[in-house]
Amino acid sequence: MRDATGSTPPLSGIRVTDFTWAWAGSQGTLLLGMLGAEIIKIESHARVDHARVHSLAAGTVSVGVDESPLFNDLNLGKLSITLDLRREEARDIVRRLVAKSDVVTQNMRPGVLDRLHLGYEDLRLVKPDIIMLSSSAFGATGPEGSYAGYAPTFACMSGAVEITGYPDQPPSPLSGAVDLRVGTTAAFAVLAALHHRQQTGEGQDIDLSSTEVMSSMIGEAFLEHGLCGRVPQRSGNRDSAMAPHNCYRCKGEEQWITIAVETEAEWSALRSVIVDPELGDQAFAGSLERWQNQERLDAIVERWTREREPREAVESLQRAGVAAMVVHTGASIAKDPHVRERGVFETVVHPRIGEKAVVRPPWRLEGVGVDRPAPLIGQHTEYVLQEILGLSRSEIDRLEEAGAIG
Amino acid sequence: MTDGALSGISVLELGGMVAAPYCAKLLGDLGAEVLKVEAPGCGDPARRRGPFPDDVPHPERSALFLYLNTSKRGVTLNLDTGTGRSIFRELVRDLDLLIEDRPPGELEEMGLGHASLSELFPRLITTSITPFGQTGPCRDYRSHHLNLYHASAHSSPFHLAGADEGRPPPKAGGYLGDYDAGLTAAIGSIAAVIGRTASGRGQHVDVSKQEAMMCTERVDIGRLANDPNPQPRRMVGGLTRAKDGYLMITPLETHQWESLIRAMGEPEWSKAEWCQEERGRLEHAAEAREHIQEWAAGLTRDEIYHRCQAEGTPAGPVRDVAEVRAWEQARAREFFALIEHPEAGTQVYPTAPYRFSKTPWVGRAAPLLGEHNREVYCEGLGHSPQELARLAATGVI
Repeated sequence: MRDATGSTPPLSGIRVTDFTWAWAGSQGTLLLGMLGAEIIKIESHARVDHARVHSLAAGTVSVGVDESPLFNDLNLGKLSITLDLRREEARDIVRRLVAKSDVVTQNMRPGVLDRLHLGYEDLRLVKPDIIMLSSSAFGATGPEGSYAGYAPTFACMSGAVEITGYPDQPPSPLSGAVDLRVGTTAAFAVLAALHHRQQTGEGQDIDLSSTEVMSSMIGEAFLEHGLCGRVPQRSGNRDSAMAPHNCYRCKGEEQWITIAVETEAEWSALRSVIVDPELGDQAFAGSLERWQNQERLDAIVERWTREREPREAVESLQRAGVAAMVVHTGASIAKDPHVRERGVFETVVHPRIGEKAVVRPPWRLEGVGVDRPAPLIGQHTEYVLQEILGLSRSEIDRLEEAGAIG
Repeated sequence: MTDGALSGISVLELGGMVAAPYCAKLLGDLGAEVLKVEAPGCGDPARRRGPFPDDVPHPERSALFLYLNTSKRGVTLNLDTGTGRSIFRELVRDLDLLIEDRPPGELEEMGLGHASLSELFPRLITTSITPFGQTGPCRDYRSHHLNLYHASAHSSPFHLAGADEGRPPPKAGGYLGDYDAGLTAAIGSIAAVIGRTASGRGQHVDVSKQEAMMCTERVDIGRLANDPNPQPRRMVGGLTRAKDGYLMITPLETHQWESLIRAMGEPEWSKAEWCQEERGRLEHAAEAREHIQEWAAGLTRDEIYHRCQAEGTPAGPVRDVAEVRAWEQARAREFFALIEHPEAGTQVYPTAPYRFSKTPWVGRAAPLLGEHNREVYCEGLGHSPQELARLAATGVI
């Protein structure tokens, strides 16, 4: 995809044959596409990407396969070709496409593509320097490599959920963002392999474990266990050293801000804004005392925030040098003045569901932007077969007759 | 041993706490040559943050620092001195990538921002990682992980799920949002390195942590941004209490539901009509959950996990870090590695979630504060040992 300036994005000229589906896989190739790679999504009417029809948490999300806003979010700018991989003719098309690709990505259960003779060992015969990334719940190897998982399950198994939530309540599940972290990690791994190929001409096979993605993002918790001999526990919004460090209720319904105070300078700044004689109490004299008495401290701070609108409270605190921010939902963040000025939301026009606000790429890089919606299912089948693979009309007809395009 | 996938890339990290150090660690662990520049005396704030063994603060024994700074060499340098700034320019010569997290404009004021440096070194790529980016009304706002996590709408799913009466949404454990920012910045950085081969020019990569975090919650954010009144969340299964703790059961697709029923021994209630299709199951989600809960209460997490998985239902126990470390799957995949450090001893570290068939993960211990001063300043830049002593005496290093 391109930005409005017309600069060349960094992955211009890179082609990805993309078997991924659902959330995690699609986020990975979405990011590569935002960086300028051409993403050719291999789809099938028989086994439709479930982001086209439903969501784990919301149930059915669209009435037709081309009407899911969720799928649109995850597949901006990709090309879609439908193939029935049970047909040898279709698998032959895949091999011809891979021969013209730089990267292959997939997140089927480990072994599925190998059984279709489309695994790394098969594909490197047609493209010796191909880079292949396979992502799965627990990795392709090991005794549980064939087990299945979605974001909420592997987040639990990574150690991250156990430390999320309030100590007096069950752990708080993590879900959608976890999938997107897996996809983001996949994009990084592909870039590293592309760099290696650029330097050496060598491609390779990459095996990504979603559970390990989440474990590696709480790495310090594993070190804490080994080094300090204790298992970290969940602590809500509290911190092991800072206080105040919490969400505070503001004026209005379900309106919150966060405040976090680390240094003495930040504490003085807070006191210059929240002018309350009780804060001068010996119980809050030093950081250790504030941490020990943080429930009482939180009540005093909230007495102040409850009388104020979130933005007003945040602005006064930030002006004085206190880290404070509004607690945003997807709806409120779309109206945030800073987010709007940075142009974080862009609008794409989808032929079926109309104008949609989508979150732009997370880097400011030359040539990188969002300019197209997600594809309709099979929208680019002809384009891929004719323009990329150079097939004639009669060859395409023969594929259709053989049932390869599905 | 062969080189890592990113060998040949030279990186200078001027960062603290989580995001920028994680970005540089990801690159270093895959073979990039990373030099971490810290302030003399105190160094990266993560060194003071802990957790520490026996809760005794020690700059070389912070679990946070040790994990986030593997595969780097470390020097100290005081950028508040003219000599320090001039040495910094020497370090940037022939550098591919500068990763920095100073407040917007601060480095430029010292003449060390991307605009100034790129005049001297046009191939330099600078990745700036700040809470809110280089522009916009909040660019100078202060922010800790708690503030940014909730300010990036990661609390949205909590609201969608129906907030817990009277309680604010809890943040994710640890520093997940800062890790998001570091990972995202690593992608932008390597993309810029790859793109430079064609363009011949470096560029300034602006990474806002808030935007990086929004990008990892972009689907739920998009859903609410486009539809402020979405249908409430309903899910079949979910967090379930077993005999020895919690686990997650997620039978999203019909065949997964059917396999869950098989795993449960095909109980009588599952023959009801509402159980036979997705809509009915969603409408009766609460009832289904009660039945599943009743079954699960008599079994252990692992019994349920293996039984469900054998039939084809995604299920997974909530595990603490000690349990993850002991997990057979992690052991078989050699996910954890032993790394020896002079002050922290030999510890178990998570490696990386990806295995490359041709290039290795090359993680090694985090640097002591100023550990490589002599190597970098004398052997690398050619300063004499006498100069090094003088730099130390005058507080430059």
